[in-house]
Amino acid sequence: MAATAIETHELGKRYRLGLSRRGYGTLREALVEAAQRPFKRKRGEAKNGADVLWALKDLSMTIENGEVVGLIGHNGAGKSTLLKILSRITEPSAGYADVTGRVGSLLEVGTGFHPELTGRENIFLNGSILGMRKAEIRARFDEIVEFAEIERFLDTPVKRYSSGMSVRLAFAVAAYLEPEILLVDEVLAVGDAAFQRKSLGKMNEVAKEGRTVVFVSHNLAIIQALCTRGILLERGEVVTDAPIGAAIDSYLRTLESAASADLLERTDRDTRAYDETLVRRLEIQNRGGAPNVVVAGQPATIVVEVTEELPAMDCQLTIANSLGQPVCTLDSKVSAPVDARDGQIGPRIECEIGELPLLPGRYRIDVLVMAKNQIQDGLQAAAFFDVEPGLVGGRPTAAAGEGHIVLPHAWRLPS
Amino acid sequence: MFKAVETPAETIRLQPTRGFSRVLAPRELWRYRDLAGQIAVRDITVRYRQTALGGAWAVLQPIGFMVVFSLIFGQVAGVSSNGLPYPLFSLAALVPWTFFANALLLGSDSLVSNSALVSKIYFPRIFMPAGVVAAGFVDLAISITILLIIVFAWGFVPSVAILTLPLLIAIGAAAALGISAALSAINVRYRDVRYVVPFAIQMWLFLTPVVYASSSIDEPWRTLSAINPMVGVVEGFRWATLGTGNAPWDLIGISAASALVIFAAGLAYFDRVERAFADYV
Repeated sequence: MAATAIETHELGKRYRLGLSRRGYGTLREALVEAAQRPFKRKRGEAKNGADVLWALKDLSMTIENGEVVGLIGHNGAGKSTLLKILSRITEPSAGYADVTGRVGSLLEVGTGFHPELTGRENIFLNGSILGMRKAEIRARFDEIVEFAEIERFLDTPVKRYSSGMSVRLAFAVAAYLEPEILLVDEVLAVGDAAFQRKSLGKMNEVAKEGRTVVFVSHNLAIIQALCTRGILLERGEVVTDAPIGAAIDSYLRTLESAASADLLERTDRDTRAYDETLVRRLEIQNRGGAPNVVVAGQPATIVVEVTEELPAMDCQLTIANSLGQPVCTLDSKVSAPVDARDGQIGPRIECEIGELPLLPGRYRIDVLVMAKNQIQDGLQAAAFFDVEPGLVGGRPTAAAGEGHIVLPHAWRLPS
Repeated sequence: MFKAVETPAETIRLQPTRGFSRVLAPRELWRYRDLAGQIAVRDITVRYRQTALGGAWAVLQPIGFMVVFSLIFGQVAGVSSNGLPYPLFSLAALVPWTFFANALLLGSDSLVSNSALVSKIYFPRIFMPAGVVAAGFVDLAISITILLIIVFAWGFVPSVAILTLPLLIAIGAAAALGISAALSAINVRYRDVRYVVPFAIQMWLFLTPVVYASSSIDEPWRTLSAINPMVGVVEGFRWATLGTGNAPWDLIGISAASALVIFAAGLAYFDRVERAFADYV
């Protein structure tokens, strides 16, 4: 077996803006464009102008056999694009990548399944797509079914599977069909906790067998546990390529500096967003109104300032630890009698927390702003904040406690 | 002990392609040969899944058209059928026509309707339209069988000319694959194709001697019309299955040449645009 699994040389991927978001145009637009093209040429290479985005640029790196590499970076940094190129779904626009060995890939949410076919048929279809012979697939079949826990639904069309079932099956297919290189993109976020543990264990096993794994996740804790090497991408370029700990530290530094800068300048926004209103500023204030330092057990208010006030706005805030592991989610769509809609509040959203039940430490807030039933804007790590020790339910927060949450509680003990 | 040396893993270079290197890469197609078969089998099994009548549709479509055409064109309009019973005359043409029309209709949508696969996993994309055309052979075999049963029941006996059927089917399939490959590729970018194809197929039906005989067209137009590859196929089918009339070799020859050009041009176009599918689908 060759020593190098993946080698890229000045790899680049160019997207034309507008097309990447809309997905497809109409014939009329193409005809109009074709008619205009001769004129555009004269005005000098409109093609290389502002409507071109390099999702990946001059990316050169080498991944050896048996390495477990975590790709980290903001949204839009090029992680998914890189995996798409390596799994041959899309073609690079410049440079090249040499891939040695059979590639199994599990890209984003959703799976390469045919909805009308049954689980059994899809396993065989996917196996052939990986380039396996029927006998090889048959040899692995039972393991796949057992891992995915779909025995009873083997002969049910995949379109009737729950999303969890599809992801389990997709993961099992990708991991058990013995690819030499396994590419996994953020899929584990979908499954339940038990399945996540199971699939992480399987990926560990795959890695221990000396196969190569390239893994993308926003959950830095998972990346840290699994990978030995981290590659930090920013705007399509490699910023850091180091042992995983150093790469994550470097990423956290860029996250924090991005959170303290003007949020409107961030380009790593949610790709599903409509952008009619944008998050301008986000901070968590303590009782006195000072930002981003709060005390456990004390009131705190998360303030989201947006550029436009839209009808029927909603907001979802996820508090995560500094490695990106979610601690809790606050969602205004799930309403309670204490909520209020205020005509005078202006383009801002406030979320009041009566008694902050967090252990001391560093946290971050991810935000999603909705209006008109659409996601308008989304930012990960929009703010970082520190929780200082305090009293929760009259009890001091134990600094060394496990977990992140502290509950107000009362004991009853024998005297 | 000597252990068989494992074949070293192959290194694949991923880079921007230039020229015609994808569809026309036989090694690549051979590597994925198992998949090609699976996709065709899948298209067959999926085609009539969740339908009550299943494979019967392969027969009901042409037979339904035959009944309607016989009433309208045979009885009311009195279109000449070269002295043949009009139902047989039209059915012999409708059988290959239905194969062709379905291949175009389903083939042109094949990449878009399989976007889940196209955007998630790699395989030679040409398998999608090709699988649809291949799956159509099963329907075609069923409907040819029924056609021959009806031909016999009517008291006709096919001549040895029936041995030309594979050639005729190959002409129709080549044209269908060339066109549906090109249309499926355009469809990825421009969904207009979805609206154009059903309409174009209807027009095409009347440009093909299905309800009339090509002998009712004056020369040189009769011969020229064979540039439409289905002209040779349809007239050939009549001659081959009904065992009457003269061999329309002139039509078949022109249609075969035309189908070849369409096939090559369609695949060449597909090859050019294939690399960008996942970015648009």
